[in-house]
Amino acid sequence: MVASSKPVVKTDLAGQTLVTLRTLTEENPASLETYLKLGGYAALKRVVTEKVKPTDIITEVKTSGLRGRGGAGFPTGLKWSFMPRYFDGVKYLVCNTDEGEPGTFKDRDIIRYNPHQLIEGMAIAAYTLGARVGYNYIHGEIWQDYEIFEAALHEAKAAGYLGENLFGTNFSFDLYAVHGYGAYICGEETALIESIEGKKGQPRFKPPFPASYGVFGKPTNVNNTESYTSIPWIMQNGGQAFADLGVPNSGGTKLFSISGHVEKPGNYEVNMGMPFTELLALAGGIWKGRQLKAVIPGGPSTAVMPASAIMGATMDYDGLSKARSSLGAGSMIVMDDTTCMVKALHRLAYFFYEESCGQCTPCREGTGWVYRVIDRIVKGQGKMEDLDLLTDVSNNIAGRTICALGEAAATPVLSFIKHFRPEFEYYIQHGKSMVDGK
Amino acid sequence: MLNIEIDGKSIEVEHGSTIIDAADKVGIAIPRFCYHPKLSVAANCRMCLVQVEKFNKPLPACATPVADGMKIFTRSKSAIEAQQSVMEFLLINHPLDCPICDQGGECDLQDVAVAYGVSGSRYTEEKRVVFNKNIGPLVSTDMTRCIQCTRCVRFLKEVGGMQELGMIGRGEHAEITAYVDKSVNSELSGNIIDLCPVGALTSKPFRYSARSWELTRRPSIAAHDSLGSHIEVHVKDNKVMRVLPREKESINECWLSDRDRFSYEGLNSPDRLKVPMIKHNGAWVETDWKTALEFAAGQLKDITNEHGGEALGVLVSPNSTMEEGFLAKKLANGLACGNVDYRLRQTDFRLDGKRLGTPWMGCNIHEIEELDRIIVIGSNLRNEHPLLAQRFRRAVANGAELSVVSPLDNDPLMDIAHKVIVRPNDMVNVLGQILKAMSGLQRLSLCLPPSLTALLDDIKVRPNTQAIAESLAGHGKDYDLIAPKVGIFLGNMALSDPRFTEMYSMAEAIGGITGAKGGILPAAANSTGMHMMGVMPSSTGMHARAMLEIPRKAYLLLNIEPELDCQHAALAKAAMEKAECVVALTTYKSQALDNADILLPITPFTETSGTFMSMEGRVQSFAAAVRPLGESRPAWKVLRVLANTLGLAGFDFESSEQVKDAIFAGEKPSAVVWRSLNNNLRELVEIQVNIKHDGLQRIGEVPQYESDPIVRRSPPLQKTKYNIKPMARMCSRQLAALDLVEGDHVLVKQDKGSAVLTVRLDDHVAMGCVRVAAAHEATIGLGELMGDITVEKLSPQQLLDINKNITEARA
Ligand SMILES: Cc1cc2nc3c(=O)[nH]c(=O)nc-3n(C[C@H](O)[C@H](O)[C@H](O)COP(=O)(O)O)c2cc1C
Ligand code: SF4
Ligand code: SF4
Ligand code: FES
Repeated sequence: MVASSKPVVKTDLAGQTLVTLRTLTEENPASLETYLKLGGYAALKRVVTEKVKPTDIITEVKTSGLRGRGGAGFPTGLKWSFMPRYFDGVKYLVCNTDEGEPGTFKDRDIIRYNPHQLIEGMAIAAYTLGARVGYNYIHGEIWQDYEIFEAALHEAKAAGYLGENLFGTNFSFDLYAVHGYGAYICGEETALIESIEGKKGQPRFKPPFPASYGVFGKPTNVNNTESYTSIPWIMQNGGQAFADLGVPNSGGTKLFSISGHVEKPGNYEVNMGMPFTELLALAGGIWKGRQLKAVIPGGPSTAVMPASAIMGATMDYDGLSKARSSLGAGSMIVMDDTTCMVKALHRLAYFFYEESCGQCTPCREGTGWVYRVIDRIVKGQGKMEDLDLLTDVSNNIAGRTICALGEAAATPVLSFIKHFRPEFEYYIQHGKSMVDGK
Repeated sequence: MLNIEIDGKSIEVEHGSTIIDAADKVGIAIPRFCYHPKLSVAANCRMCLVQVEKFNKPLPACATPVADGMKIFTRSKSAIEAQQSVMEFLLINHPLDCPICDQGGECDLQDVAVAYGVSGSRYTEEKRVVFNKNIGPLVSTDMTRCIQCTRCVRFLKEVGGMQELGMIGRGEHAEITAYVDKSVNSELSGNIIDLCPVGALTSKPFRYSARSWELTRRPSIAAHDSLGSHIEVHVKDNKVMRVLPREKESINECWLSDRDRFSYEGLNSPDRLKVPMIKHNGAWVETDWKTALEFAAGQLKDITNEHGGEALGVLVSPNSTMEEGFLAKKLANGLACGNVDYRLRQTDFRLDGKRLGTPWMGCNIHEIEELDRIIVIGSNLRNEHPLLAQRFRRAVANGAELSVVSPLDNDPLMDIAHKVIVRPNDMVNVLGQILKAMSGLQRLSLCLPPSLTALLDDIKVRPNTQAIAESLAGHGKDYDLIAPKVGIFLGNMALSDPRFTEMYSMAEAIGGITGAKGGILPAAANSTGMHMMGVMPSSTGMHARAMLEIPRKAYLLLNIEPELDCQHAALAKAAMEKAECVVALTTYKSQALDNADILLPITPFTETSGTFMSMEGRVQSFAAAVRPLGESRPAWKVLRVLANTLGLAGFDFESSEQVKDAIFAGEKPSAVVWRSLNNNLRELVEIQVNIKHDGLQRIGEVPQYESDPIVRRSPPLQKTKYNIKPMARMCSRQLAALDLVEGDHVLVKQDKGSAVLTVRLDDHVAMGCVRVAAAHEATIGLGELMGDITVEKLSPQQLLDINKNITEARA
């Protein structure tokens, strides 16, 4: 196993507020030593040895305004309160590091640069929720990072932060790393649970939710990597301090994975509520001096926003929903004015077509249909009716499926056609792109 | 109870019901594909979307529990829109090859498309093609038609007990398939044909032979095991084209075993005997009924006149109807013959005269699911009662603890809590240990009959039997039960065992102290009925084994092939050879009837009316589904005319119903059954618990597709994996002890008979046993099903010599 020490060449942290990536300021950020130097595991130790009441921790998390960073933005404290308190048997804790949506690469940096904070966050959650066993499910195509996390697990165990009777108390928590094989659908929490159980990753019908029927049918709490990683900071600095970093209804910081046509793509951890323009500036602005055309603010499953709509928006849950999109997982894909929206949608449609698990009819059949129609358009064989057909088929997928992938697949189609219809019409009429003429 | 409203109708439904349950209850049709009341909810087809007040999205009716005050709209604009869109999606990749699809006319997709779809498709892109899989001789696949509802997958896993199909691949590439290079081997596999809502899974034997609308459907009763499954016989041009389950919740639910479903393929086998035949100078000559009957009557009369009625032996198949059994017995008695028996595969008759009534399963079929503790003694459940096994499976899924005492460790595809796998001979001791352990458990200490206590003195209780006893007493892995519902069942292997009496008595005693339900699991469709009517020897008569051991001068055989259907093949063969006259009422010409003198063609169950009585004592009558083939006649008619020809009085029945009335003496059958069913013994038979016995013991199991003349002739069943030539199967320890390896050739011997068999390693077999299947040509030289056996290794030279001898003997 490779050691976790990797020197960082991240110099420009200006404008960022480091909570989940707080080790980035240091040499060897992933090492236990570094983490301890920054006060790591103190929160866990305090909580466990002082036997802080789980309900108090949940209250603290509620105060923090932390909302699920996996995409849906569900308030974490509230989710924790759904776990049955008294249960005769093992309860499980699961961390979702499967990020497989195009443009999403934030959790990977957490396990690569700050694995111990995730471990500590999960241990605090395990203590709070009474979970004996935890799994971190890691995307199958980031093998090196998986190994870094594994190494951190060993370090933490050796140092007594994981395992039996931690800090001499009767609190025990075992945490394991599990890796997938790269299927996007395994990021959906119930598909992920199936996959942990060794089955084909395929979402379960909800309800029952994982809190009552999760891993091996036992109560299970699933959170995103970034969500858990925020917990130690909250327990150290208080929920209110975390909330204060952000804006009402969106507490704390958010990691944005910025990709596309910017000068400095990468992950940026900033306070919630930062104006889009400021965030764009952190990423060096639009590259090559070009103009901004559109942004997908939270990952392909969130609605695309034309430049006009996003320029005035703030980067938080309410800010983006007011602007008719959503924060999603904070995977910002920036497109400049050379981007052909028809071809961009073609790519996205292919993704969802390829990644549908195939379980339920509208998604299995609909994603293929949508892709084929767009493909036909891109090949110059589109018909004007196709645009209404695409809209209609997408509407027939959305809201009628087992999991949210159906919705996610419909959203780009609907929003691209809504905002850039003339571009699609042009493509159909001329058999080539309005943007690049090809 | 909750109050809800569906399409404006107010109804009361139980807590926990889903919308689809509620709608079904009041007869409001909601279209569906993946939902099936007997399977887990997958909610994947999305066909059942309905509108629910206060929800902005349509909800799947099959997976949405009702809440008080819920208002549901199944035909509102938004519901219809959702349903139509799902239908459109389902059809885009579904081939429109309905005219050549076997499901045509009985296809859910077709029906729902007509009712809920729109005409015309907006889909103009390419359709998906999925390669077909070969999953065995019973189920044919056309996977391009599959709509991925996973009913087949869920059935095999949840009901069949083993996941033999699964969905691999993602998105549009998702497809249903078996394990690589594996077929679907479940003995319940045919049910996936019924479950598949489209033509992806169809019946291989039935394939392309008729369209569903050309078929006339006739209700009937399954004729093989004793479950009494309700079936529907589908007929075209007076021919049985296929058999499907007829729903009967309390018996077969909506399922059918493959044996009951596919045996019909044996009905019109080329072996069918269509005209009476008489053996003349060693050769079979066809003749007419009058000649044949007069000849048979003359022979029987001469022999019984000369040697007395006891010179005749009457062997009756337990698969024959009550009417047939009744008349056979009456005819025998008319000839002053008390040698009548239906218990062809039994060898231990010490309980005769000791019973208080007709032995039966001791409870109703559906009650099995409610049991908390079950002990199954000497039964390979899936082989003997394939569909009943599924009820046990459900009991175990519901939390019951299953214990098994058997010489075979075959996987019943359900969790076994405790098992003891020993030689049949040692099973008695094991049962004694359980009994002793039970009597030692505080709460039960006083209940043991004193007569037994002494016997148990020198029995030593081992930990595994102690565990079974504790389980039966209510101790549990998770938690203890104070008054567990216990079931005790004895299967075919116990019934055929030379120490059945001991096993039965022990089971009865264990049942007594646990307050258990249970009894025997009778082997054949009408075993219970035959017993109730007393198709058994008179007080001075001979039972089935004695009739063969002390050969009779004449035999009357009803629906049997002696070497295949009797406990002792070699004895049966010898007895028939020796007899002066064998009159066989048979559906088939058969090598096994070569020693007969007169063959009278009788119809199988599909061509006669009649009655079977099931393991739970249900008296179920059925009518003929088709007319008799050729000159064959229902056996009850043949027996009546034969009796008339013999000049016997009291045989003027005009119909099988009149025979049935005579059987029940005009009473309601259920009243008679009620009085008759009783598993208790009048007195305890003298029993031996500690027999020391060193030699090898045969486990002469009857494979499920060899159990009676019809199934033996069903080609698709014969092509399944269950049809393997008999071999000498032993566990690895036993092989080592005999210095044998798999593939060796051995000479196995019982009494004077022998067979040359290949050795097969089978770790399901108890030490000290050789599993050699019965009811097969290869083993008709052998003796008792569960008798002593010896095994000699053959050198290549010896093997050659033997084969040469056999060839010469044949020539
Ligand atoms: C198709 C699909 C893919 C998803 N992928 C991820 C993912 O990669 N990572 C993640 O944290 N959540 C993902 N989710 C969301 C999870 O189902 C779940 O809501 C989340 O892990 C909960 O954690 P949170 O409350 O901390 O956000 C996905 C959801 C869907 C429908
Ligand atoms: S919506 Fe798509 S990914 Fe989700 S369960 Fe249905 S088919 Fe699978
Ligand atoms: S084969 Fe038939 S039953 Fe099985 S999933 Fe496909 S459509 Fe459903
Ligand atoms: S029947 Fe409800 S989703 Fe299939």
